[in-house]
Amino acid sequence: MKPKNQRLVLVAAAIAAVLVAVLLAMWGLRDRAAYFYTPADIAAGRAAEGKAMRLGGMVEAGSVRREPDGVTIRFRIQDGNARTPVVYRGIVPDLFREGSGVVAEGRMQRGTFVADAILAKHDERYMPPQLGNPAAEHEAAKTLDR
Amino acid sequence: MIAETGLAALWLAAALSLLQLLLSVGELRGAIDAGRPIRSIAIIQGALTLIAMAMLLLLFVRTDLSVALVAANSHSAKPFIYKLAGAWGNHEGSMLLWVTVLALAGAVLALATRRLSHRTLVVALGAQAALALGFYAFLLLASNPFARLDPAPLEGRGLNPLLQDPGLAFHPPTLYLGYVGLSVAFSLAVGALLTGDVDRALGRAMRPWVLGAWVLLTLGITAGSYWAYYELGWGGWWFWDPVENASLMPWLAATALLHSVNVLAARGALRAWTMMLAMIAFSMSMVGTFLVRSGILTSVHSFAVDPQRGTFILALLGLYVGAAFVLFALRTRKLKEGPPFELVSRESALVVNNLLLTVILGIVFFGTLYPLFVEALSGDKLSVGPPYFNTVAGPLALLLAALVAVGPLLAWRKERRQVFKPLAVPALIAASALVISLVAAPQIGWLPRLGLVVAAWLAPASLLPLVVRNPWRTPLATWGMAVAHLGVAVAIAGMASDAAFTKEKLAAVRPGETLSVGPWLVRFHSLAPAVGPNWTAIEAELRASRGAGVRVLKPQTRYFTDPVTETNEAAIATMPGGQLYTVIGQPDGEGRWQLRLWWKPFVALIWLGGVLIAVGGLLALIGRAVRARARARPSRGTNSWRRERYG
Repeated sequence: MKPKNQRLVLVAAAIAAVLVAVLLAMWGLRDRAAYFYTPADIAAGRAAEGKAMRLGGMVEAGSVRREPDGVTIRFRIQDGNARTPVVYRGIVPDLFREGSGVVAEGRMQRGTFVADAILAKHDERYMPPQLGNPAAEHEAAKTLDR
Repeated sequence: MIAETGLAALWLAAALSLLQLLLSVGELRGAIDAGRPIRSIAIIQGALTLIAMAMLLLLFVRTDLSVALVAANSHSAKPFIYKLAGAWGNHEGSMLLWVTVLALAGAVLALATRRLSHRTLVVALGAQAALALGFYAFLLLASNPFARLDPAPLEGRGLNPLLQDPGLAFHPPTLYLGYVGLSVAFSLAVGALLTGDVDRALGRAMRPWVLGAWVLLTLGITAGSYWAYYELGWGGWWFWDPVENASLMPWLAATALLHSVNVLAARGALRAWTMMLAMIAFSMSMVGTFLVRSGILTSVHSFAVDPQRGTFILALLGLYVGAAFVLFALRTRKLKEGPPFELVSRESALVVNNLLLTVILGIVFFGTLYPLFVEALSGDKLSVGPPYFNTVAGPLALLLAALVAVGPLLAWRKERRQVFKPLAVPALIAASALVISLVAAPQIGWLPRLGLVVAAWLAPASLLPLVVRNPWRTPLATWGMAVAHLGVAVAIAGMASDAAFTKEKLAAVRPGETLSVGPWLVRFHSLAPAVGPNWTAIEAELRASRGAGVRVLKPQTRYFTDPVTETNEAAIATMPGGQLYTVIGQPDGEGRWQLRLWWKPFVALIWLGGVLIAVGGLLALIGRAVRARARARPSRGTNSWRRERYG
């Protein structure tokens, strides 16, 4: 390759690489991004059955039930307007309490949210769980907007 | 008094960095000869930031609660090492650490650089000062670590117990050293673009910085991954959390830069290309800092939200990255073209390496920032996780790893020999790995299987550069390359094995009962309280057996008082064949406790591979340094840049 050509080829290759990255990313993001929903969204029928998503809100007081196997837990997440039943098999994080904020990752199946993970938000600075929880903040912001 | 000394040192350092910048502009315009004073200033500036950092450490060690930062993040009852680590386990302290490292890097650049064009060095020091100046402004105006609190509280608020771990003492400083080491590559690129001296000497001056930064980033990421693995108690080693991606992106860019700066140093080729990568690499460091420091993410490591700070860092980021890329666009046409190379050559192989790394970097970058854009534009919250990153970036990473076997065997400029013959052995091993995995484990996914095959291909092939010649007369840098590439194979083997063969068991059991996971029988022997320096715990005793011999594991649930928190401490038993990972959960009120067990065959290879990669980089760094010294010996006693100038 002549020097002039070589630089041209390299520039073309670099541009092609960036384009490929953008295209791959767009293709990958189309159906692999998990959106954040609240129980109200689900009650309004905005969440498709079986699609990966996050559900955030408060653990409804008095709703937590343990199954006889000792590791499956059922509870409801509420946001003041609606509630969604959740089932989760696993060890819940330390900050999981009735009445506190929670984010569950999983999908809807026949009216129940089947969670693969219950997320705890760990902040280096200590905050009461209600304040430190983004779902709660999200809700607080929404309430203020209205 | 201590706090005021620190603050004064910081202001002085900021003033000196402004002076340093002005001197370098004067030199560039040909108005003055700034060579001697600018070096001294860079060194003094580094010393001043070191004093400021030392003062902050002293404040934390003494738990001086009249300083707001100490009161917010420390506690008198904390163990000594975490008092120290607490100094950088928070926003202000970590930014001070960042700027300290930045200024020290400038000082070392001024002290230790030989054989680089004098003007390029002076302008590079100016660029380094410009970078530092922005971060001084940020510290002094928006996040002063030495601010006093009046009245002083009686006790501090403590540090998140999750962060009370040796990992914290080690992890952030390592990453920061890596991040900021890349700033020197950035400054050198800016300097060379401004003076037009992009040549082999620049490549040689830049290479140790890139290598060093890359080694530290590698170690930091490896340590961070292992820390998340044992501390979070979720059994995973990489979550594609944005904070993790923030450290991965500079690493990917630095890996590309590391390979292209070699081409520049050895052959003088890929000039504009290497300058571009040097800018991208440090830009990624700043993007990483922005993501972590601004509180824009709410994730495992995230920090309290403070939009003012985020805006400040974003403005700095935009300013530096924008200016650098404008400079690149204006100056790149004036660069001389490097020597040409054929399509099949070492250079081409490294270009392919760079292209693939760039694509992977792009994918990680878009995946990490996409949720932020969507939320900013539409208000929708979403998360992008493993399904995206693994499916889109995974195969490309494996393709890259597969090509790593070939590149080092090619000659510079033009390949004439038959290089593919020695690859027959690795090909045979990879093929048998494929067949064995299909027969013995037909159920595993395609990506882990591909990973196993690629590892089996790369591991023997990575040693070929040593085998095809006399290994004892091979340069140390080549050894380093082979070890690092072997590390890639080892890490991939660990990741694939973990994904393919992990066994998991979750159950509620009473003391005395037994669970099985993989080949192991785990007996829940007993439960007892335990006490640490500032926590109490419930500790389970598990006795794991597989044939003969018993391993005792003691997972805990810890309760901290300052602040009130509980954490799960996993107990991990490492065996040659894998790791047994155990976590204890909550009681169910009827005498049963939740136990979660994993058997993870060969999972430790992931971190062993990471360490091998870093060791390889270190070997290369040492090898290059020894060579450079040997080359410089005839002219010992004179600074070669000075010779170049006056001689």
